[in-house]
Amino acid sequence: MALSRLSSRSTTLLQPLATTSLLRRRHISTDTTPITVETSLPFTSHLISPPSRAVETSSQELLSFFRDMALMRRMEIAADSLYKAKLIRGFCHLYDGQEAVAIGMEAAITKRDAIITSYRDHCTFLGRGGGLFEAFSELMGRTTGCSKGKGGSMHFYKKDASFYGGHGIVGAQAPLGCGLAFAQKYSKEEAVTFTLYGDGAANQGQLFEALNIAALWDLPAVLVCENNHYGMGTAEWRSAKSPAYFKRGDYVPGLKVDGMDALAVKQACKFAKEHALKNGPIILEMDTYRYHGHSMSDPGSTYRTRDEISGVRQVRDPIDRVRKLIIAHDIATEKELKDMEKEVRKEVDAAVAQAKESPIPEPSELFSNIYVKGFGAESFGADRKELRATLP
Amino acid sequence: MAARIHGGAATALSTFNPKKLVAPSRTNLPAARSSKRCIVAGGGSDASKKSLSVRHSQKLIANAAVATKAETSATTGTGHELLLFEALQEGLEEEMDRDPHVCVMGEDVGHYGGSYKVTKGLADKFGDLRVLDTPICENAFTGMGIGAAMTGLRPVIEGMNMGFLLLAFNQISNNCGMLHYTSGGQFTIPVVIRGPGGVGRQLGAEHSQRLESYFQSIPGIQMVACSTPYNAKGLMKAAIRSENPVILFEHVLLYNLKEKIPDEEYICNLEEAEMVRPGEHITILTYSRMRYHVMQAAKTLVNKGYDPEVIDIRSLKPFDLYTIGNSVKKTHRVLIVEECMRTGGIGASLTAAINENFHDYLDAPVMCLSSQDVPTPYAGTLEEWTVVQPAQIVTAVEQLCQ
Repeated sequence: MALSRLSSRSTTLLQPLATTSLLRRRHISTDTTPITVETSLPFTSHLISPPSRAVETSSQELLSFFRDMALMRRMEIAADSLYKAKLIRGFCHLYDGQEAVAIGMEAAITKRDAIITSYRDHCTFLGRGGGLFEAFSELMGRTTGCSKGKGGSMHFYKKDASFYGGHGIVGAQAPLGCGLAFAQKYSKEEAVTFTLYGDGAANQGQLFEALNIAALWDLPAVLVCENNHYGMGTAEWRSAKSPAYFKRGDYVPGLKVDGMDALAVKQACKFAKEHALKNGPIILEMDTYRYHGHSMSDPGSTYRTRDEISGVRQVRDPIDRVRKLIIAHDIATEKELKDMEKEVRKEVDAAVAQAKESPIPEPSELFSNIYVKGFGAESFGADRKELRATLP
Repeated sequence: MAARIHGGAATALSTFNPKKLVAPSRTNLPAARSSKRCIVAGGGSDASKKSLSVRHSQKLIANAAVATKAETSATTGTGHELLLFEALQEGLEEEMDRDPHVCVMGEDVGHYGGSYKVTKGLADKFGDLRVLDTPICENAFTGMGIGAAMTGLRPVIEGMNMGFLLLAFNQISNNCGMLHYTSGGQFTIPVVIRGPGGVGRQLGAEHSQRLESYFQSIPGIQMVACSTPYNAKGLMKAAIRSENPVILFEHVLLYNLKEKIPDEEYICNLEEAEMVRPGEHITILTYSRMRYHVMQAAKTLVNKGYDPEVIDIRSLKPFDLYTIGNSVKKTHRVLIVEECMRTGGIGASLTAAINENFHDYLDAPVMCLSSQDVPTPYAGTLEEWTVVQPAQIVTAVEQLCQ
């Protein structure tokens, strides 16, 4: 009786999240008192002194990391099942395993800093504030999608959050990203652009062209190489003579970061932003890993062993790392975290269900947004009768 | 007939009589003014209206690249005379004054003043951040311009020669043309990509390319070709103000054309064709440098008793089918004269468009005179034979009008 009275009193003190009847005081999830954590690995640097390994974080931040990464992971797995159910077609590139890069980056920057990435953009979109419903609708080609169903998996954009997509051609986003940085410098915005590309794109000529211009004109550009060690089916040692991607900038400083550690990513991005605002471009190499294949058409096991994949999952998984941190610092219990994951799963399932009900685009949508201000030119389909529209 | 028009170099050579050929070398052309009346459509301050009302009537010089006097009977002001590259520069400068978001990027556009002097003096006036000398990386700086445009800047990207833009084709096609669509309308790309192209004076195959044909299929872009100082300035201004990405094709040999243009501000309509010479017997559609070959041929044709209607289509994508259609309905015969390649060129698309839309109005098949499907040779005589010459135009008109 006394116990239950005590527990009922303690439940008013505790967050609704807590369902246990523990009586001892613990961190609540909105606590922002700083906790200092050491990154798992030291930073390796090129032409610059690396930032400290001690990262400041807080319970609130760690819990939000956990929740957001769990959301991203769940979204990608749901996308996997949707693809196999043929509701998502075409190319679908999944980001599970690499969530720490998106999350850590968001923690270090504001919505005024721009991010541009390649086609593996679902989680980056979510990190920038994109909604699950918009993401799933876009993947399934519905009008409620973030690009009105006309972009697809590789073309997620969110202009109000400075997320510039979402690009299908490998490496083409590198010059675009430097253009964004140029515009920020031109308009004196005190913001930086994070241009993400992969280890496959690191061999593109246009990357080096863009890097040269960025360094020459001191643009606030941070180039982030998400090195998941495989360019589709080709391992990095088979495609790059020098797989030290952070050193390839030559005259541009670089930093190698453990991309599976969200706190290390956060520290590196914060450091890079400060550097770019003052001294011009910097390259960050995120050492990360993707569990799925390159895309849903790639089983992912013909060029690497299943042992390798499960090994990384056991030892380096980003969500597990944050989970362990949270439990070690007593921010939440194992059960609470599991409940959080269940909640996230429900949220994702609800978004999928809602997206499945969304309408497909009207035929007239075929002709909208080709030109901004049109001129009444006519466009029509083969029979010239059914599908006929005046470009607005 | 078909063989001659469509044939390769061998057939063309056999029908040429080099002695009768009017040589395109600039020094041979007479300095006399032509007395063509030219109705310029759509000028003035409310150029956004697509009216074909006559605003000015100007006497236009029909010969290419010869500095001769022109006089204007424009109703407002006296106008000022300048060369085509200066007209482009004036348009660019006015737009840069008007809108601080306009910037120029390209190779040697800043301190050097531009390889064709279009951007001369702008770097001194606007500074290095607005007139940017880029390194030689077309792919990257075109992409940069497009990325900057996504945020709201309005870059004018110069390709030193249009042929170099082939290196940036991926950026132009995928990012420039398609981003507005694939982002569901979130991003607009108000870039202007401009540069000289076309067959010059023995510049060799790689520097004499006509890229209109390659770019014309890209959805989401507009293409215009300027041919006189008046429309060069007007189209430049309109292109910069347009929210759509616009590719402005200039021609290497037309930069020194002289004309008097109005003092007051005006913009040309991007989607409108220009009526150069109204007529009754046949519609001749042309653009860029071939306009001058056509006008030269027109002189001969008039002497022979024909009355050709010459239209400079100006807008390569989309075609101004309204003006063209009205003309076809009047004359019932069409000749297209272009510098583009025969296969898959602008003329080929225009022929298809006219046949589809105006088939009932045609009394004869649409004839298209284009350049030969060969890389442009270096030797002067061979180079002459790759492009359409006025004598061929005269012969074609005579055949069509039989």
